[in-house]
Amino acid sequence: TMTERKESKRRKESSAHTPAERRTLRVKMVLLGSSGVGKSSLAFRFSKEEFSSTVPTVGCAYMTHLVCLHDATLRFEIWDTAGQEKYHSVTPLYYRGAQAALVVYDITKRESFMRAQLWLRELERQYVPGETVVALVGNKGDLSDLRQVMLQEGQTLAENKGLLFTETSAKSGSKVSELLMTIAHRIRQSTTPESTLEEWKDSCVDLHSPETQRKQGTCCMAELH
Amino acid sequence: MAADVHNKKVAWETQNGSLAPVGKLRAERSDSPTPGLVEGTEPGAGQDDAMFVHTRSFEDLTADGEEGEDTDPSGPASGLGTPLGDREQPEAEPVGPEEEQAPEAPAGGRAEEEDVTSEAWRGRRKHVFVLSEAGKPIYSRYGTEEALSSTMGVMMALVSFVEAGKNVIRSIHADGYKVVFLRKSPLVLVGVAHTRQSERELTRELLYIYYQIVSLLTLTQLNHIFQRKQNYDLRRLLAGSEHLTDNLLKLLDRDPGLLLCAVSCLPLPSSTRDVISSSLQAAKSKSLVFSILLAGNQLVTLVRKKDQYLHHMDLHLLFNLVGSSSSFREGEGWTPICLPKFNTAGFFHAHISYLEPASDLCLILVSTDREDFFNLSDCKQRFLERLRRRSAYPALQEATRSPSYPVSQVGIPELRHFVYKSKSSGLYTSPELPAPYQTEEEQERLMGLYQYLHSRVHHTTRPLRSIYHCGERENLLAWVTSGFELYLCFSPLGTKAQAVMAINKLLKWIRKEEDRLFILSPQTY
Ligand SMILES: Nc1nc2c(ncn2[C@@H]2O[C@H](COP(=O)(O)OP(=O)(O)OP(=O)(O)O)[C@@H](O)[C@H]2O)c(=O)[nH]1
Ligand SMILES: [Mg+2]
Repeated sequence: TMTERKESKRRKESSAHTPAERRTLRVKMVLLGSSGVGKSSLAFRFSKEEFSSTVPTVGCAYMTHLVCLHDATLRFEIWDTAGQEKYHSVTPLYYRGAQAALVVYDITKRESFMRAQLWLRELERQYVPGETVVALVGNKGDLSDLRQVMLQEGQTLAENKGLLFTETSAKSGSKVSELLMTIAHRIRQSTTPESTLEEWKDSCVDLHSPETQRKQGTCCMAELH
Repeated sequence: MAADVHNKKVAWETQNGSLAPVGKLRAERSDSPTPGLVEGTEPGAGQDDAMFVHTRSFEDLTADGEEGEDTDPSGPASGLGTPLGDREQPEAEPVGPEEEQAPEAPAGGRAEEEDVTSEAWRGRRKHVFVLSEAGKPIYSRYGTEEALSSTMGVMMALVSFVEAGKNVIRSIHADGYKVVFLRKSPLVLVGVAHTRQSERELTRELLYIYYQIVSLLTLTQLNHIFQRKQNYDLRRLLAGSEHLTDNLLKLLDRDPGLLLCAVSCLPLPSSTRDVISSSLQAAKSKSLVFSILLAGNQLVTLVRKKDQYLHHMDLHLLFNLVGSSSSFREGEGWTPICLPKFNTAGFFHAHISYLEPASDLCLILVSTDREDFFNLSDCKQRFLERLRRRSAYPALQEATRSPSYPVSQVGIPELRHFVYKSKSSGLYTSPELPAPYQTEEEQERLMGLYQYLHSRVHHTTRPLRSIYHCGERENLLAWVTSGFELYLCFSPLGTKAQAVMAINKLLKWIRKEEDRLFILSPQTY
């Protein structure tokens, strides 16, 4: 079942009965793709299980999200970049050193698919293959009437390059949490966390007393689906 | 992207003259009406250093848009304007309080009536166009740039035609419209308005739009782009930011701060503000230049690096960026931004985040280092930690629930609204808009009246110390001294004598409340 927890509660728990059982590992994940393909909407889905209207991202938005696996908690540090061309030159800042990269396109816009291929090429230049988990994501799956990019095209491209692939809909939520879980597992498998993933120490501050009103996204998505 | 600010050593020295020429006091234009009330001692004046670049006056600010040329409307431009029907009448005006009767309605009124029959597009109060020097459309306030590209072409042809004759078009006055040109290479900005604003004020608004564009790209990058490719389509780079310009134009029509080159503060007990300021001051980092806490469009506090001053215009651009982009509500924003009055050549990097998801309180940490995200994120945490330890947060939250005050607190029955600016601090205060001015149209109408008075008291050749304006729906009084600027709006039943008397009473009230309404002790790291 979905457990919605308050952030402070989560923190208290983690400090109360952690140290031995559970480690929290940092995972840097970046979202790349043209403006308007739905990167922010996906990021919002990851953490809030909601779809709400968005505006173009300015620069970059940073947020964190916890995913609990059976043997560890992954703390996704998500860099939701702006697709607007004027911000391209700062984007390397965000994908440098990332353990996961989502290259997103909009299935109703062929141009965004072309752009996704450019992002993939740029990533390839930066990375030794296998070090970063890269997923190609065709978003807006709910708009299949307007589809300009066939499912097959995305699949083939991903296969050729050895990437994860899925079509999602940030609007309906379809395949979004599955995507995140797949990435989480892949990161756990393909890396030796001890060497590549840093451990994360909680040092956040709450504005109010410990019984904060703030809600955080859901933890333990593994149990969700 | 162009170089970051910290790569350009020059930036810190004298770029743009934006590193406060602090000591330079403006030559006083007139005596203060209240004896002993000179600049620096008026209500709202800061105790120590000012927070902002010392804008000596509105005149200084606009000089920028005028490139140091004379602003006489009978210059080269009116040669073009006259045949089209120049309606600006030179008026001889006495210096000192002056009366005006209501249906004087210069320019605007007639045009408005005529426009009822014309298309909605033409009827808009103010159009703004931005084009490249090659005549390519870049921005249009209404309608798509494509649809207007021929109009823009004509404008550009006009500009180059006149320039070929070694003249510069500044403005055309025709049929109740003012067409104002601002050439800031590599861009050309055109405003078409039938408002009561002076050509100079319209130019200043265009200048804001220009800086808005520069803040996204830097001037260095703009120049570079157009040097490489003269007919580059800049809309590619500005795509997704049009709403910033739209919103800025709205602010220019509604926010007295942009008119007065001043910023308003969230009313807050000074003890609370001091705790917030010192908490913010303590949460410093090497690369930090400005830490700014906003509540909506009001300033809570601003801490700056020693010897670095922020310009109002840059702060207004930051307000505009935050106010028109809800994207900062999700997580923490990290974006390159150029503060053009500080340095047009490079980017700062701003960490922008709300203190809580649903709160109006937004923290902007401006840094020189684009790699410094986590340090700044940590600064924010430390700031919050301190706020919490010193229990200032509940008081701050309480204050954001009543971000303004009713004018009735002043205790002057005929007074409906006012705007008071302390010149030395660059801060202003204004009560909430009362009932008759709460719709958008009425708010803009009132602002239009203030703008009109403002342009009269700041007239290039015949500045006034004060002006009394009698209207059908309200009476207004503007009063300017070396220390402050005051604009008051009264019910139409009040008399001029009452209005003049109200000034002293209001000044006394502001003095009494200044601790709460202004930031009297600005902080540096
Ligand atoms: N129908 C549909 N609309 C979507 C979906 N995902 C996003 N959108 C809409 O697409 C628009 C753009 O979404 P964003 O998430 O802001 O796009 P972005 O990729 O973050 O854009 P930038 O921040 O400019 O790079 C918004 O209007 C969303 O509501 C989806 O799965 N289906
Ligand atoms: Mg986005």
